[in-house]
Amino acid sequence: MSDIKKIKDVYLNKLDSDLNIENLNQIKTELFGKNGQISNSFKSLGSLPTDDRKKFASELNSIKDELQDKINFKLQEIETKEINSKLENEKVDVTLPEREINQGKIHPVSQVIDEISSIFSEIGFSVEEGPDIENEHYNFTALNTPDNHPARDMHDTFYLDDNKELLLRTHTSPVQIRTMLNGKPPFKIIAPGRTYRSDSDQTHSPMFHQVEGLHIDKDTNMGHLKGCLNYFIKSFFEVDKIKMRFRPSHFPFTEPSAEVDIGYELKDGKIVIGEGDKWLEILGCGMVHPNVLKNVKVNPDKYQGYAFGIGIDRLGMLKYGINDLRAFFETDYRWLNHFGFDPLDVPSNYRGLSR
Amino acid sequence: MKFTIGWLKEHLDTKKKDSELIEKLTDVGLEVESFENLNSDLDNFKVAKIINAEQHPNADRLRICDVDIGQENTVKVVCGAPNAKKDLLTVYAGPGSIIPKNNIKLTISKIRGVTSHGMLCSESELNLSDESEGITELKTNKYFDKIGENFFKNKNEKVVDLSITPNRPDCLGVRGIARDLAAAGAGKLKNISNKNIKKNGSQTIKVSISKQKNQGCTVFGSCLITGVTNKESPKWLKEKIISLGQKPISAIVDITNYVMLDLNRPLHAYDADKIDKEIVVRNSKKGETFEALDNKEYKLGDDMCVISDKSGVLGLGGVIGGTRSGTEINTKNILLESAYFIPRSIRKTSKILNIDTDAKFRFERGIDPQSIELGLSKAAELISEICGGKISNFDIQKTDKYEKNKIKFKLSLFEKITGFKVNDNEIVKILIDLGFEVSSEKLELDLKIPTWRPDITQPIDIVEEIVRIKGYNNIETLEPEKTKLKDTLNKQQKLFHFLQRSVASKGYFESVTWSFTDSKINNLFKENLKEIKIVNPISSDLDVLRNSIFANLTFYLKKNLDRGFKDISLFEIGPIFKSSKPGDQLTVIGAIKSGKVSRLNWNEKERPLDVFDVKKDAIQTLVEAGYDRKSFFIRDKSPSYYHPGKSGSVYIDKDDIEPVAYFGDIHPNIVKKLDIKTEGLVGFEIYLDHLKENKIKLKDQKPNFEYSDYQKSERDFAFIVDKNFKAQDLIEIISSIDQNLIKSIKIFDIYEGENIPDNKKSIAINVIIQSSEKTLEESDLEKINKLIISTVETKSGAKIRS
Repeated sequence: MSDIKKIKDVYLNKLDSDLNIENLNQIKTELFGKNGQISNSFKSLGSLPTDDRKKFASELNSIKDELQDKINFKLQEIETKEINSKLENEKVDVTLPEREINQGKIHPVSQVIDEISSIFSEIGFSVEEGPDIENEHYNFTALNTPDNHPARDMHDTFYLDDNKELLLRTHTSPVQIRTMLNGKPPFKIIAPGRTYRSDSDQTHSPMFHQVEGLHIDKDTNMGHLKGCLNYFIKSFFEVDKIKMRFRPSHFPFTEPSAEVDIGYELKDGKIVIGEGDKWLEILGCGMVHPNVLKNVKVNPDKYQGYAFGIGIDRLGMLKYGINDLRAFFETDYRWLNHFGFDPLDVPSNYRGLSR
Repeated sequence: MKFTIGWLKEHLDTKKKDSELIEKLTDVGLEVESFENLNSDLDNFKVAKIINAEQHPNADRLRICDVDIGQENTVKVVCGAPNAKKDLLTVYAGPGSIIPKNNIKLTISKIRGVTSHGMLCSESELNLSDESEGITELKTNKYFDKIGENFFKNKNEKVVDLSITPNRPDCLGVRGIARDLAAAGAGKLKNISNKNIKKNGSQTIKVSISKQKNQGCTVFGSCLITGVTNKESPKWLKEKIISLGQKPISAIVDITNYVMLDLNRPLHAYDADKIDKEIVVRNSKKGETFEALDNKEYKLGDDMCVISDKSGVLGLGGVIGGTRSGTEINTKNILLESAYFIPRSIRKTSKILNIDTDAKFRFERGIDPQSIELGLSKAAELISEICGGKISNFDIQKTDKYEKNKIKFKLSLFEKITGFKVNDNEIVKILIDLGFEVSSEKLELDLKIPTWRPDITQPIDIVEEIVRIKGYNNIETLEPEKTKLKDTLNKQQKLFHFLQRSVASKGYFESVTWSFTDSKINNLFKENLKEIKIVNPISSDLDVLRNSIFANLTFYLKKNLDRGFKDISLFEIGPIFKSSKPGDQLTVIGAIKSGKVSRLNWNEKERPLDVFDVKKDAIQTLVEAGYDRKSFFIRDKSPSYYHPGKSGSVYIDKDDIEPVAYFGDIHPNIVKKLDIKTEGLVGFEIYLDHLKENKIKLKDQKPNFEYSDYQKSERDFAFIVDKNFKAQDLIEIISSIDQNLIKSIKIFDIYEGENIPDNKKSIAINVIIQSSEKTLEESDLEKINKLIISTVETKSGAKIRS
């Protein structure tokens, strides 16, 4: 009896000292090996009288458990210590650069198109597209700009044949024509895309982007037009208040026509859109001309509505402080990196247009 | 359209401030481009007196003048004019002045070693006349007490520059502008003073308009003014002409220009003595020529409207006059023309001959056909006043009557279109102020449209008139409705936006380049597509529409390489063109990469880019877009601009006819031709139009989730196959053996060389075998192993490598 208690005390003591894995295995063998002290004690149980045997067995078991727990604990302690000491030698310089990251970029024009689509989606517009090559009918005549109309001079058109039948569209308005010819009113669409005019200087580029808007219904009036554009401009520039001015103007395909200015101020040489006292022209719009509706077989006595055209590149320049239009199309790696957007920055209604 | 506020006030009785008038102009749709102090530069020109003039020591013809410019000290000016002498009153321009004639800015400069502080100006330099021989001589009695004052008096006059839209020819005259302002409440339109001019005798030069098809002239009014003395215009007229940035020529020419700017009524003055007998307005015959006032000789085509006499063409009606019959300073008798030319005819002629004149600009937009006599009266009156002479009766030939067009206008249309209401009486007043004749019935107005408004033809035009005069600020801002008629994007559009960002997320910079390109580069990439030429390209190196995205991408890649970048990844998503037919275009992603992977990397080995880098990007993009990699099929066919041995095409399904993507090394010949210097140049293209709709949609319910927890076994094999045997085929053979058991196949080594016969290669694969029903026993595995080996050997002629 006192023997096993003694064994216990001795070994618990031993296990408390500083051990390595070999020492621990040695202790295990000494206690639980074939001729281990605890093993032997169990063997001796048989020679004890029945009454003593029960008591002794119970005590022996509890001592065994206690020692085993201690050994397991010690084992973990030793293992942890060994790993830790190994880790000491595995230290790397984590300030070394990470493996290469190849961050791509979305072009500002694409980002702005996504922003525009997201905003107009919110107020019920869907996106339509049309071909870059148009015939003169869709680009001009159907839009109430007959051949002898001086307004044609305002579009420096690229032609693809000597008869001037085929051309690169000078605006996105022919998408209006195609959309209305292929469907039935009501129409509520925007049409972003490439447009072309043979003009090239600091503020003109032979290719640029426009977004066309068209809303035709039974009683869509100029108040709706104003409301729609007001909503768009505020959402796009992400400002609460905006000063906006509608000025009478002329486009052959709308009547009445308007040009829209927004207020801005100059801060540190940059244009800040909002409530400044300067005016900046940003788009043209108006009520779709009855002649246009007739041309696409929509009855102007039953249906009416508005259309607008906005320069996408220019919107992007204003919002993101880009000075030179032509740089948009020059694929300068530095420029793309500077003005481009992370591909994961998808403009959306619920997340907001921008971070 | 330029005019001065003073000029405007000749037609408009107003107490409004300049700034209010400017604002009103914008409000009614006459866009103000600029509103500037008339040539504030001209303030630099002072009345001056030469106090002393000495010979220049180093130049015979130059003099050094001491000039009194009204300041404490005189200034020294070197002058070459023969008339620069003591006591002359003249015009001095100080340093910094801009000489009106040539727009040269003066600086203090040394002339033959003597410093000159400014310049004494000739009339020619001041655009006052053609007199360039000497400096301006001012009359002593008028200017003796003005030394130091500004020479140009109208310095307080401000010049307004309007951008007039093509629908408003009436506002190409000051009176039209005044009328709009008056209608908008900015004043009262003054009546045109109608002095009864004395007319004597008939117009003796016979005028006829020939009856021809496509005759471009319908009214030709004229009068003779005999015994005139043409001369320099009086100061008030000169200043008017100068204020608009034009150059005074002679009284007669200046007067016709003045009437044109004032009333938008172009006129033409002929030297009557140079007209051969009679005037015939007729169509030109092909091959006729004449010398125009721009000193160019024009060769005419058929059916252009010409004014002619017995000797031939005098001028192109409404476009440009000719030199033969032009007025000169010694002209004694003039024939004044005031006509109506049909816009279409003017436009056609001027386009063909490429002539742009003030008259053409106006006639093309539509001149008031009822302003013929008004124009003649006003000009004749001024000519006789300034140049003397006798005015004949007016001769008006016409082939068409121009009566006021009528239109019925339902009052309710206004609110229906604009969304706000204007009182009926106010509507009527606006229209009357704009020159309409209004008679009203209950809910409808009967309108007679003023003849100077060719743009107004239907009720909607009336709505515009009312709303612009009333003010666009009265239009309400209605909250937009949010109801949707349709999905925002269709499937193709969704795919476009998805793929765009998918490619960008692989490290590519998105580029947007022209839809046109250089035909020389395009030829390298156009394959069998048709070249589409632009008739009038912006420059000769952007002369065709692109047949491939790569034409521009390679061009710009090279530019960036030249900027010192090495590892570049660019892509563009956009149209390529198959023909010049509208809609015959494809939407394509072109992506291109140059340089190395892991260049100068501390822990990874650098290597040149290769075909598998772009294959990965292409495939991954397609997989991300929802297509099943397992069904993809790769062929080694690709367009000729790829490296023939290191490129391929991707089919979504083996049976598809058209590939959805190409990938590979760019052909070394092209790299060389474009002079692109890089370690590796690879690219891929994805054709959006060839991508079929996904069979499985995101919104669909997913199939039941099935999985197996039975033990997996891995087996490695190495097969020796022909060198050109495709790994894809090996995988296909194995995976079709038992789709229930064979869960994955991976190629982990390709080996050619020692121990392998020539023309052969070894493909090592790892196969994972797992049952969904039980743990496989050794015998089951052995069976499938054997089956794999025997099937591969039979189907491919491969040998298992022992």
